[in-house]
Amino acid sequence: MIRFDNLHKRFGAKVVLDGFSLDVPDGATTVLIGASGSGKSVILKHIVGLLQPDAGGVDVDGRRVDALDTEELVALRRQIGYVFQSAALFDSMTLAENVRMGLARQQLPESEVASRTADALAHVGLSDAAGRYPAEVSGGMRKRAGIARAIALRPRYILWDEPTSGLDPVTSATMDRLMRRTAAELGTTSLVVTHDMRSAFAVGDRIAMLHEGRVRAVGTGEAMRATSDPVVRQFIEGRPE
Amino acid sequence: MKSAREIVSFIGGAALRAWRSLRDVGTWSPLLVGQMRRLGVDSIPIALFIAVFTGIVLALLSSYIFTGTVPNYFVGALVGKTIMLELGPVLTGMALAGRVGANIAAEIGTMKVTEQVDALETLAYDPGSYLVVPRVLAATVMFPVVTALAIGVGVLTGWFTAINLLDLTTLEFVKGLRMFYQFKDLWFGLIKAASFGLVVALTGCLRGLATQNGAEGVGRETTRAVVIGCEAILALDAFWALVLL
Repeated sequence: MIRFDNLHKRFGAKVVLDGFSLDVPDGATTVLIGASGSGKSVILKHIVGLLQPDAGGVDVDGRRVDALDTEELVALRRQIGYVFQSAALFDSMTLAENVRMGLARQQLPESEVASRTADALAHVGLSDAAGRYPAEVSGGMRKRAGIARAIALRPRYILWDEPTSGLDPVTSATMDRLMRRTAAELGTTSLVVTHDMRSAFAVGDRIAMLHEGRVRAVGTGEAMRATSDPVVRQFIEGRPE
Repeated sequence: MKSAREIVSFIGGAALRAWRSLRDVGTWSPLLVGQMRRLGVDSIPIALFIAVFTGIVLALLSSYIFTGTVPNYFVGALVGKTIMLELGPVLTGMALAGRVGANIAAEIGTMKVTEQVDALETLAYDPGSYLVVPRVLAATVMFPVVTALAIGVGVLTGWFTAINLLDLTTLEFVKGLRMFYQFKDLWFGLIKAASFGLVVALTGCLRGLATQNGAEGVGRETTRAVVIGCEAILALDAFWALVLL
C-alpha cells in the first residue's frame, strides 16, 4: 500500500502540498484529480524519491521513501512503473530499446529480456512499431510505448501521470481501456493523476480530489458524482464559476 | 549565507555521489567508446582546421619578429614551442569547449526538461553513471588525443609555410624546432588538454542537469556551459603554468 502522511512541499514561496494525506489501497485503481498546476505530478514524484518532502512523507509497503538509502531506493523503484505525461522516451533509442532499458537493470537472461519486451509491446499494440524511433510515431503511440516500458518491469505499482492529456477522445478512450486491462491482467495497484473527468470515472475504483495542497474529497465515482461539496462539483462539472 | 558545515556537507555529498557513479562500471563502460567517438573523433576536423591556420600565422609572425635580429631558424623554435606549450592545447580546448560543452549541455538539458532524466531514475539508473561519467571520462581521454593531432598539424603547416614563403630550408626549420625542445613541452600540453576535457565535460553535464523551464532553459544553460568552460580553460592554463613550468 502507498500511504501519504501529511505531506508538505513548497517551491520557493509557492506552497504546493500543504498536509496531503491519502491511502492508496492494494489491487485498486485510485485516481487523483485536481486543477492543472495543483501538484498532482509532484505527489507522484515523491513516491519514487524524485522529490524530497519538506515535511511528512510517503510510505510504500510501510517503508518511508525519503529514509531509504540508495540501494533500497533502487529496489523500490524496481517495483514501480512510472508512466510519464510526456512519455519521456529516450529519443535516441527505438521503442523496443526503450522498453529494454529497465529490463537491462534486472540481470535477466537475454531470452527473458527479449520475450518481456515483445510481450509488453504486444500488450499495448506496438509490435509492428518496435524498431521505430519516438520522433517517428504519434503522441498516442509514444504514450503506449511509455506504458510498455513501465509494465515490462512487471511492477507491483503503476503511477500514471496524465495518461490521456493531449490525446483525441477516441485515443483517450482507448487509453482508458488499456489502463483497465493492464490493471486487471497484471493485478497492479494503480495511482492515476488526471484532470480528465471522463477518464477518471472510467478507470477509477476510488477518486480523490486535490485542492489547495490537500485532499478535498475522496470516494467512489458514484459518491463523487453525488457530492454536495461545491468545489468538487464545480471541478467535476467543469464550470468556470 | 551558507555555513561552513553546509558547504562541507555539500562537497562531501557530491564527492560521495561521484564515487558511487564511478564504481557503477557496468553502467558507464558500455557507453564510453561511443562518447569517445562522438566527443573526440568527431571533433578532430574543427581542431585541425584551427591548427592549420595557427601554424601558418605563427610561422609568418615569428619571421616578422626575428628577421634582422636573430637567425631565421628560430622560426622553427617559436612555432614548435608555442604550439606545444600554449596554442595547441588552449585553442583546441576553446574550440572543443564550444563544440563538446554545448553538445553535452544541450543534450542533457533537453533530456532533463522532457523528463528523460527522471525516467532514467525511475528505471533504477543513476544519471551520474549513465550520463556524466562516460562523457567526462571520454573528454578527459580524447582532448589530449585531439590536441596531439592539432599540435602535429600546426607544426607541419608552420614548416610548410616556412619552406615555401620564408626562404627557410627544412633543415633550418628542424634545427630550430629541436634547439629548445624538451619532452616536457609535449606532456605539459597534453596534461593541460586532459584537464580542459575534464572541466569542459563536467561543466556541460552539470549545466545540463541543472536545466529548467523548457527550450529557453536549454539555451541558457548551453550558453552558460560554453562560457564557464572557456573561463575554466583560461584559469586552468594559468594554474598549470604556475605549477608545472
